[in-house]
Amino acid sequence: MAKTIKQSSNGTVLEAKGVYYRQLNEQIRERIGQGEKDITLDGVNGQRYIGGGLTDGAVITINGVPGNDLGAFMNGPTIIVNDNAQDGVANTMNAGKIIVKGHAGDVVGYAMRGGKVFVSGDVGYRVGIHMKSFKEQVPVIVAGGHAGDFFGEYMAGGILVLIGLGNSDKPVAGDYLGTGMHGGVIFVRGKIDEDQLGKEVRVFQTTDEEKATLSTLLEEFGSDTGADMSAVKVEDFVALKPFSHRPYGNLYVY
Amino acid sequence: MMPASLVPSEFLVEVDQDKCRRCKRCVLNCGFGAFTFTDRSVPDSSKCVACHRCVMFCPESAITIKENPLTFRQHAMWDVDKRKAIWKQAEHSGMILTGMGNDLPYLSVFDHILIDACQVTNPSIDPLREPMELRTYLGRKPDRIEVEPDGKGGFKADNVVTNNIELDLPIMFSGMSYGSVSLNVHKSLAMAAKKLGTVMNTGEGGLHKELYDYADSIIVQCASGRFGVHSEYLNKGVAVEIKIGQGAKPGIGGHLPGEKIGREVSSTRMIPVGTDALSPAPHHDIYSIEDLRQLIYALKEATGYKPISVKIATVHNVAAIASGIARAGADIIYLDGFRGGTGASPQIVRDHVGIPMEIALAVVDQQLRKEGIRNWVSIIAAGGIRSSADVAKAIALGADAVGIGTAALMALGCRLCQKCYTGNCSWGIATQRPELTGRLDPEWGAERLVNLVESWKLELKEVLGALGVNSIESLRGNRERLRTLGLDSTTSEIIDVRPAGS
Repeated sequence: MAKTIKQSSNGTVLEAKGVYYRQLNEQIRERIGQGEKDITLDGVNGQRYIGGGLTDGAVITINGVPGNDLGAFMNGPTIIVNDNAQDGVANTMNAGKIIVKGHAGDVVGYAMRGGKVFVSGDVGYRVGIHMKSFKEQVPVIVAGGHAGDFFGEYMAGGILVLIGLGNSDKPVAGDYLGTGMHGGVIFVRGKIDEDQLGKEVRVFQTTDEEKATLSTLLEEFGSDTGADMSAVKVEDFVALKPFSHRPYGNLYVY
Repeated sequence: MMPASLVPSEFLVEVDQDKCRRCKRCVLNCGFGAFTFTDRSVPDSSKCVACHRCVMFCPESAITIKENPLTFRQHAMWDVDKRKAIWKQAEHSGMILTGMGNDLPYLSVFDHILIDACQVTNPSIDPLREPMELRTYLGRKPDRIEVEPDGKGGFKADNVVTNNIELDLPIMFSGMSYGSVSLNVHKSLAMAAKKLGTVMNTGEGGLHKELYDYADSIIVQCASGRFGVHSEYLNKGVAVEIKIGQGAKPGIGGHLPGEKIGREVSSTRMIPVGTDALSPAPHHDIYSIEDLRQLIYALKEATGYKPISVKIATVHNVAAIASGIARAGADIIYLDGFRGGTGASPQIVRDHVGIPMEIALAVVDQQLRKEGIRNWVSIIAAGGIRSSADVAKAIALGADAVGIGTAALMALGCRLCQKCYTGNCSWGIATQRPELTGRLDPEWGAERLVNLVESWKLELKEVLGALGVNSIESLRGNRERLRTLGLDSTTSEIIDVRPAGS
């Protein structure tokens, strides 16, 4: 059982060191069920599924490295990770916010449907794949550093932002960028070679409307993660967009 | 000038102009636009798919549909379908798309299996007068049953089935997505499932809010495209199914064509109107059994530990795969055979990939028994269940329950024309065109589904009675009550059923 270190009007602090994920998550759900809006987890070390399926508007602060599928199917809460995160952050997340003040692993935001994920540092492979949006529900992922291959694969909606801070020798994104993309937009700061792109996307100059959206997001990202945004200008970004909503429309004969 | 197409029509439509009363019902009913009206009804045979909608609605029975009698020079290797495929692909480059299940004349294992009955040495039972138990529990069963005195001189066992889905009979409706089929199909299935005490499966297109009232009769699916998957949806079902593969198209993803993405489908799937809905071939968070375990437990965590089903297409190494799925923590394994239907699949995959469900089912059951983990999971067999006889045989081969998809659609009017991917279904089933979907009244549909399944239920009870058992549980995995006839000895050995006479 996770030991309660402190419970006050300022929230609950739980010690997660050595606690199995199932017990830890049960206790988080129980506290939130009792109306707690502010939970801090100390000593987190690889516990999976933190925040999984939670629907209330609580804030969960994680000290340590949470395990895979952080915030999977989450629908409302805010999670702040004061360290790195592993794979599957925000898997199929519907609403809420996840702020990672370090790096995050592979498949961040798979099939994300809404809410925001801000990662200060780098993200791994297949990030933001198959995100979708509908009306006011527009998922957003902003990564401060670099991304691996298949960034935005099959993307059907939403916004991906790749800022490319840090190690400037590395290409900002890997290969197959936006491959299979048929909706949404990817903003990238820095140089993108034509051969990095999926065959369904093209590089566009950002429109004024896009610049405004991007500017708001960058400001929010900077204030949430504490990243140094002084060198980041909206004008330095390009927009990657699909040129067809039906990339495979001509694949078949009837 | 060359003709527009060198592929001859599949069918010939004839209207008996003496009988025709010029009511235009055929023109209105054909979803494929095969009729026009000048001063009389004029059929365009090239557009006919033999769905019979016009025939059924012609008040004078004036319409006849025939196979095109056009004679081709015989060639044992180049059958007509292969020739037509070549002409089509020479005309329009691309993969040949098709719908419903594999229609090639591969051997049917079910058709080479016979069921036993009691004679003299043990009595058969008359199901009309004696109770016959078809109740089925799906989910993990305990390794041991703990029995303790109940304090009244008897005994009780509390942990026999916990966290299982209870069905009144071992037949459920297979996953067919809203998008591939119309909302009225989903409504018909949900209403029928509720009445029958069984479940329908959403398929991968999400669950329309109008069906939330039927939550206790619904299994919700989480597939690679994650369409319509959110915490409310996950918690609406009695169980969540992770769809890894589909019998009609093992190993490939899905493309729901933009034509089928109207406003309502768009809102359930969360993609723009008219966009293709792309389901990736794999789940990109599952590259291993360990990753599957991760998604299984992510879903359990998000749903308060509801049973999780994992659906796979039956492929060559199905037994080892099923063992991995059981060990990954699944509660149910859904085996979809190579005869299983689809709204759209490249023909090459539908017709040539995968193995028969009967064989897969038998080897999975054997493998799990051998490993001592058969009780960890329930097995559902689907993809080729055509009758109650198939149900009985599947259960004797080791299935806990079966899924029916194609048979259910046929109850709703489907004629197996295999044109689901066009979105023109005249019966209002595999379409989103409002003028067509309105043709299927969910009340009418549900009644026909209930009629069909209730009929099979009667037949199943009759078979159980003949076998001299009074519970479907006594038939489960009981291959001793099956014999093969005309099935090669290797296959008989693989499915562990002895030949008739032995």
